[in-house]
Amino acid sequence: MAIQITVNTPACIGAGQCVMAAEDLFDQDDDGIVLLLDDAPDAAHEAGARRAASLCPARAIKILE
Amino acid sequence: MDDSTRIVIVGASVAGLTTAETLRAEGFTGSITLVGAEVHAPYDRPPLSKHVLTGEWLPDQAALNQPHELAALGLTLMLGHRATSLDVAAHRITVDDATVEYDRLVIATGVVARRMPGTNGLAGIHSLRTLDDVVALRHGLDAARHVVVVGAGVLGSEIAAAARKRGIAVTLVGRSHELRLGQVGAHLSERIAELHRQNGVDLRLGVEVIEVIGDDRVSADVLSDGTRVAADLVVAAIGSTPSTGWLEGSGLDLADGVVCDSNGVAAPDVYAVGDVARWRDDRAATTSRAEHQLKAIEQAQAVARHMLTGEVTPTILPFFWSELYGTKIQAFGSFPAAVPLTAVAGEADGERFVAASIVDGRTVGVVGWNMPRDFRLARAAMAVDRVDSLVE
Repeated sequence: MAIQITVNTPACIGAGQCVMAAEDLFDQDDDGIVLLLDDAPDAAHEAGARRAASLCPARAIKILE
Repeated sequence: MDDSTRIVIVGASVAGLTTAETLRAEGFTGSITLVGAEVHAPYDRPPLSKHVLTGEWLPDQAALNQPHELAALGLTLMLGHRATSLDVAAHRITVDDATVEYDRLVIATGVVARRMPGTNGLAGIHSLRTLDDVVALRHGLDAARHVVVVGAGVLGSEIAAAARKRGIAVTLVGRSHELRLGQVGAHLSERIAELHRQNGVDLRLGVEVIEVIGDDRVSADVLSDGTRVAADLVVAAIGSTPSTGWLEGSGLDLADGVVCDSNGVAAPDVYAVGDVARWRDDRAATTSRAEHQLKAIEQAQAVARHMLTGEVTPTILPFFWSELYGTKIQAFGSFPAAVPLTAVAGEADGERFVAASIVDGRTVGVVGWNMPRDFRLARAAMAVDRVDSLVE
């Protein structure tokens, strides 16, 4: 089943953990705030998406089934 | 470990909750009991001294989970209940007056804020650690005109910045001559001091509060240099102590935290994670404890995996962030006090920079000042450097 990624930008603290975990899915703007590049990635990116969500210190990334 | 395994987690903040979440994500279907001394559902602490204190966020916005997400974890929640003892041999704890048995125990009880000594029950004295603390402090700031913040660490700086944002006069008092920033230590003291001064904070470093004056409510502080500072509210940000009182007599090694091996094991079937835990670093042959959000998360994930699969934990490097007057500060790694920082992006005396701590040609820490993307790149380069050094 495909996943859906949501980001809570007001909570983002710009650590960049998500980009390090899954650079195909996330980037940062000049203030470091998360940019979601693909909110419904294919199955090949699911593990990276989950890793990014689990390592976000602000818990600003959610993965929905 | 199967369906009949009972895991008990004591401490319902980010370390305890993340342990439970990771156990479920990794397929554990047995019972998980989460015990928390506070009545609130698990909440996030870093925003308390930032967006929640300034009033930009409601206290509810600090919740770590939506109610349905918490419910979906299938936990037995014991919130508002305090663990009072541990019997390692019998595999049981007491929670208030009840006995709770476990097959695996995770200690995640965190730390408690040190209280201001010598205040004799005066009103207007605050500290900031819990959601209740921040609600009380926010309410106190609504009526405050002159706040004294005590503490030269990052929490003191964040509280001072939040109070200034609300237009309140602030005196920041620190026993140390320098302002400290987590593991970065005093390297950026001058820059932080400059931020405070630019924003109108009256900085008093190298002095202590020796007397708090007032009738029912605080009215002034006397400092060790003899000066007197008006104050209708005082916030103490003078450090914290690990919550290990309930473990006295359990036989666990308690030494400014629960001493653990490099996988977080404190005793057979007993783990500790987060601010309360003092893990061993086998490579450095030392133990250390840090009060960092990401370390708590990474330790919790590591312990859950170690419990389920025996997976060994890689060394966890400290990551830390703050925001002062809109300046985003992020740090990763370590910063020996004797090693001056080297600018690796931007200008060291400018508005944006990334600086590194370089020891024997190897980067051991990077700190970003309003330069999050470059900070991340410097950090990624450092990770590669570490892998190379491990391969060697």
